[in-house]
Amino acid sequence: MSLLPLFVVVPLGAAFLTPIFSKFWKWFPDLWGNITSAVLMGLSLWVLQYSGDTFVYNAGGWEPINGIPMGIAMVMDGLSVFMLIIINVVAFLVTLYSVNYMTQYTDKGKYYTLFLLMLAGLNGVVLSGDMFNFFVFLEIAGIATYALVAFSIEAEGLEASFKYQILGGVASGCILLGIAFFYFLTGTLNMADASRIISEMGVNPAVIFTGILFLVGFSLKAGLMPFHGWLPDAYPSAPASISAMMSGVGSKVLGVYALIRIFFNVFGMAGIPSLLTIFLVLGTLSMVVGAFLALGQSDFKRLLAYSSISQIGYCIFAFGLGTPLGILGGLFHLLNHAVFKPLLFFNSGAVVYATDNRDLESMGGLSQKMPVTGTTSLIGSLSVGGLPPLAGFWSKLIIIIAAIESGHHILAAVAIVISIVTLAYYLKVQRYAFFGALGEVYKKVKEVPALMCISMIVLAILSIALGILMLPQFRGVLLDPAVKVVGGGITYAKMVLGG
Amino acid sequence: MIVLILAILLFLIGLYGVLVKRNLIKIIIGLMIMEYAINLFFALVGYRQGGIAPIFTEGMADGVFVDPLPQALVLTAIVIGLGTTALLVSLAVRIYEKYDTLDVRKIRKLRG
Amino acid sequence: MSGMTLIVKRISQLMIPSIFLLGIYVVVHGHLTPGGGFAGGVLIAGCFVLLVLAYGSDEVKSEARKWRASLSESLGIFLFWFLAMLGLVQGTYFFYNVIAKVNPGQPFQLFSAGIIPLCNIAIGIEVAAALFAIFITLVILRVGEKL
Repeated sequence: MSLLPLFVVVPLGAAFLTPIFSKFWKWFPDLWGNITSAVLMGLSLWVLQYSGDTFVYNAGGWEPINGIPMGIAMVMDGLSVFMLIIINVVAFLVTLYSVNYMTQYTDKGKYYTLFLLMLAGLNGVVLSGDMFNFFVFLEIAGIATYALVAFSIEAEGLEASFKYQILGGVASGCILLGIAFFYFLTGTLNMADASRIISEMGVNPAVIFTGILFLVGFSLKAGLMPFHGWLPDAYPSAPASISAMMSGVGSKVLGVYALIRIFFNVFGMAGIPSLLTIFLVLGTLSMVVGAFLALGQSDFKRLLAYSSISQIGYCIFAFGLGTPLGILGGLFHLLNHAVFKPLLFFNSGAVVYATDNRDLESMGGLSQKMPVTGTTSLIGSLSVGGLPPLAGFWSKLIIIIAAIESGHHILAAVAIVISIVTLAYYLKVQRYAFFGALGEVYKKVKEVPALMCISMIVLAILSIALGILMLPQFRGVLLDPAVKVVGGGITYAKMVLGG
Repeated sequence: MIVLILAILLFLIGLYGVLVKRNLIKIIIGLMIMEYAINLFFALVGYRQGGIAPIFTEGMADGVFVDPLPQALVLTAIVIGLGTTALLVSLAVRIYEKYDTLDVRKIRKLRG
Repeated sequence: MSGMTLIVKRISQLMIPSIFLLGIYVVVHGHLTPGGGFAGGVLIAGCFVLLVLAYGSDEVKSEARKWRASLSESLGIFLFWFLAMLGLVQGTYFFYNVIAKVNPGQPFQLFSAGIIPLCNIAIGIEVAAALFAIFITLVILRVGEKL
């Protein structure tokens, strides 16, 4: 299976070549970035046929000796295929959108270099099989994101990026300290090997301390509630395409995927009920506080940032339930959020591109002049709120049914109330920005260019059509292998090592 | 064992710097101290009693090697820390240009 | 900003070739002695920084220098990527030591251990150019001056 390194090698090589050639030809970065992300999207869709098996690739040819892994291993199983498809499809749509959107900023060459480095880092995180490679790719993606948030060198972007960097640096410090304790405890860095050793060792306070360090570090990267301080400042100040990539893909891969992989597969969560309770508490807190803080916002992108916190809270709440139905609901909601949140950020970017204004109170009636943006925004908002038969309704229904099944009736009621609140504030955005009377100053506003429209239309179609993943034929290809990997817990070790 | 506790103490001193200090440059130095403390801790985890440096040279003495895996990983972590610090420092220079102050309590344009 | 006094300029003129040679020694002997690409690259960047500090930044301010440092950095890291891809293209694993399977060489000699010395040289070029580019950017960028 020699395709595995290509997911990391292709964007890295493309990122190293971009600064050299973009000095000579002005059109080079756009074309190169789009070709690379299209190639990666094709690769990830081709790999979908292998989603049921586990593949191990030993870099450098260092094979395991006596069953103990010796070198750096890249592992691809059902969960990795699921995340790879999300990352690469959203990345392709974002590069399509950036061709026109980034003409507002200077120097596209540097933008595409940083973007391809971030893509290489994200692909590497989901494909790595040992802890230190995981950390290195996490840092690559993180540093590229810090630089991209500050890309418009205005005062807001700089301040938001500084805050994000300090908090992200503390988080990376906690994660590295956790990896040091992890090595001290188990004597190996390979995830499958360590999971086997921990399951033999049982749960002692040292394992729980390492788990707490990882929990703090990755929750800071994901933006869960007590650690969300950087999110409402970083998402509005970044360019809209980068906000779409960060909220749709970044906080999922760097935060939620890392939490699932470490706590379910390496530590074996089923044996530690107190950790499941922590997930439930963090998820509920993020859901509730994120939704109520979003109600009072008048800045469009800041409202979307608080809404991201709330939806990630839904996913973590679903994983904290611990049943296979809950895991299915959490993964499906992850997929849905990765489709409609970039769509909404694209809409806000289109509004800024056309009118240069981000404040909701002073806009109005834009859907007469910008029909594509208005319609796709309506579809995206209804999908977040959970209106049948759009995709968001199915994932929220599964989460609520799983909560009722496992006995948390009060939390299920809270989830239903928060869903109604979500629908409320999104409809508020729709009313202020797109419907109503057209203001005088906006008479000359035109629709955005074609490439940006194509990205928005594709995402809108996906957010309607993903409801078909409830049918068993489609679910068996994409969602069921991922659920089997996460729900299987410690059988990850047997699949990787035993063969 | 006592050196591991001292490395964790250095980590806590760096964390104090990030949380309490008001000047931007002092916050950056606190973050750097945290990263160095973690690298030191990680390199010390690999120590074996009475060990020698893990390199094959001609005519070397017999003995137990110190664990080489943390040393290779600390090398990578040091370079990652260098990249983070370079980015933070250039951001601090730009912020001084825009806001005319390095006091963290005055750089608060984004709120709400 | 003008440079330092005559004594500093003279001493740095005498010291810089030795530091440069030491940096190249640490890079090339990376598979025999401790050090390798990163440490040697930092030494080489250090001697360029010493030059700028001793002679003053007024003589260094030019876009051409920054462009050359950036170009060497990209070329260095691209060479490293190319060496790692040799194994993948040949049909074996990524990052495979292709030269050592063909021609192993003697232990403890300079020309041995396959692609490891070549990787060290590529990383040395890249780290030196990157650190010097960061330093030059921070030196050229003054408060209030547009880049």
